[in-house]
Amino acid sequence: MPDSQLEKARTLIKLGQPEEDTWSLSRIEDEMPSSRPVIIPLALWMEQPLDEALAPWLPSDTELTGELARILAKAPLVAIDFPAFTDGRGYTLARLLRERYGYQGEIRAVGDVLVDQLFYMSRCGFDALALRDDQRLDDALRALGAFSVSYQPAVDVDEPLFARRLKQA
Amino acid sequence: MYRYDTYDQTLVDERVTQFRDQMERYMAGRLGEDEFRPLRLQNGLYIQKHAPMLRIAIPYGMLSSRQLRALATITRRYDRGYGHFSTRQNLQLNWPKLEDVPDILAELAQVQMHAIQTSGNCIRNTTSDQFAGIAGDEVEDPRPWCELIRQWSTLHPEFAYLPRKFKIAVTGANADRAAIQVHDIGLRLWRNAQGELRVKVLAGGGMGRTPMIGDVVREDLPWQHLLTYLEACVRVYNQFGRRDNKFKARIKILVKALGTEEYRRRVEEEWAHLKDGPQTLTDSAVEAARSHFPEPERRSVDDRAITQFSRLIDESRAFGRFVTNNVTDHKVPGYKAVTLSLKRREHAPGDVTADQMDAIADLADTYSFGEIRVTHEQNVVLSDVPVDQLEALWRALDDLGMANPTVGTLNDIICCPGGDYCSLANAVAIPVAQAIQERFEDLDFLYDLGPLDLNISGCMNACGHHHVGHIGILGVDKKGEEYYQVSLGGNSTDDASLGKILGPSFYREDVPSVIDKVLQVYVEQRQDDEIFLDTYRRIGIKPFKERVYA
Repeated sequence: MPDSQLEKARTLIKLGQPEEDTWSLSRIEDEMPSSRPVIIPLALWMEQPLDEALAPWLPSDTELTGELARILAKAPLVAIDFPAFTDGRGYTLARLLRERYGYQGEIRAVGDVLVDQLFYMSRCGFDALALRDDQRLDDALRALGAFSVSYQPAVDVDEPLFARRLKQA
Repeated sequence: MYRYDTYDQTLVDERVTQFRDQMERYMAGRLGEDEFRPLRLQNGLYIQKHAPMLRIAIPYGMLSSRQLRALATITRRYDRGYGHFSTRQNLQLNWPKLEDVPDILAELAQVQMHAIQTSGNCIRNTTSDQFAGIAGDEVEDPRPWCELIRQWSTLHPEFAYLPRKFKIAVTGANADRAAIQVHDIGLRLWRNAQGELRVKVLAGGGMGRTPMIGDVVREDLPWQHLLTYLEACVRVYNQFGRRDNKFKARIKILVKALGTEEYRRRVEEEWAHLKDGPQTLTDSAVEAARSHFPEPERRSVDDRAITQFSRLIDESRAFGRFVTNNVTDHKVPGYKAVTLSLKRREHAPGDVTADQMDAIADLADTYSFGEIRVTHEQNVVLSDVPVDQLEALWRALDDLGMANPTVGTLNDIICCPGGDYCSLANAVAIPVAQAIQERFEDLDFLYDLGPLDLNISGCMNACGHHHVGHIGILGVDKKGEEYYQVSLGGNSTDDASLGKILGPSFYREDVPSVIDKVLQVYVEQRQDDEIFLDTYRRIGIKPFKERVYA
């Protein structure tokens, strides 16, 4: 498979900092790319989940069961796809993977990943953000720090604000 | 009412900065139209027919006089000196300039207000009973709970891109004045035999294209679990709600497709993981929320004043009418709640001018502890007026043209902005409301008809709640022409029902005479004190149909 069919993030933000992307991503369901390391469709990855140079990407309609999460635990990274930026299922998937199933590795947002989603994504447990090609790094870094306060607990904050307020009172 | 601390203030201030940045990127062409849309919508900004429209949140309908004055100033500075109270306890500006919106939001933030999540596919402004905290039939004041829900839902990181909009309504009274059965989630606070607070959770109600009454998902949720349970309800919707067709994306379609049993099973399964988690409410968390809604320092009103008040009602017919229709009993003897009518022919229903806003703010300061409530019927309430002040308040309101003694009557029409403003509308709505108000303005006739909800929407999105009007009117478009469909028998209160379509639609000019015929049938057929809705329920739609299409 020619490398031209592989995607590579022009801008990757990892743990809040820009980083060179070492991974490629393939969206072709039935063909294993030759390039390594590479992120491939979940079904393809399931055929050899122990290869450390392979990682899966989850479609947004993935039903994340405990069984699947146990298999994913071995993956060096798990990507979650945003087929359209208005598809909000990936936020729930990331939280379940991180909070419920305790996945420790990198959770990467791929696909239609735009500057103005990054704050919410990082709260939901995404620690790697592969921005759509036309997005600007300076806008992204600014948007990531848009808020210093949150009402809800999420991956970044253990307690809701109402509980933290009570402790201060 | 709720006052921001530094956290709340920081959040709305940062929201303004964020939106200013987004607007700049949009203006500079770095943010495309499609990508800007959800961002502006989640800040209440629509691109409408003539101009943008900005929808400002009034959380569960509570406003301070200071906030209302700030709104008046904003409408003068950035708009045309008036605003429109919507059916969701919001205030809409019809003529702001796009580039002014960040400044408007900054001015709102200065008085602890915002437009966050007043539109878009997210959790919207939580609505409630306009008589919260003062109603005699109240089991629990819903406002602290609404505030807890407001905070939970504000910038919720997981639920900013739901399949579709999501509306939550809360009541804590025996009589439902918040229309909880036609919301995506409706919550009723109640107490069991042991006196413990429980929450009844309904899901899958809604109006719009496919109106539905919500089903009970959970009868007796202990209050501690309110937020975790809501999170489970919305999470299941976020995962499984349809995203392929915007007309089938509301939670009501999901609940219908899965069946209430299966939806409940999925929610309970999800909730099993969230239950007792960090968002579990505690006594002290709820007490802290309640402390924002203390009883105002009401003075004692002696029996003489109450007797004098009764005498005034007998002496003055006009005052008596006002009291009968616009004044509501209060849980504290000697106090009343007063509804200011925003319904009169010269203005669109729910419209209020900047001068009126200032005047209402002054009256609230003088007569009602500086607090104002906005109702889903598009009126305004002063909730704590001592009876010995009522006459003075009535005279002041009369001077301002807001003492129309017609609250709850046919004249008190709920109406969306319709085709005059809204780009979604199929037909105008305001002129229809005005024509009906003009035709039926005789007070004795209105009183003889008794309680009657007439609701008008300019399109099937149903912002004018036509499905739950005793009489509903819906603007439809047929080959580019405006027609109006009439339905009967809707109701938004406890025994909620959806109206049934009378038959083929009508020309706009015929609508008042159609309503007239419907009313004739009622007047002829009613038994004793039967209200319109009950007569309809007894005799069915047929006699009305026969008269109207004769």
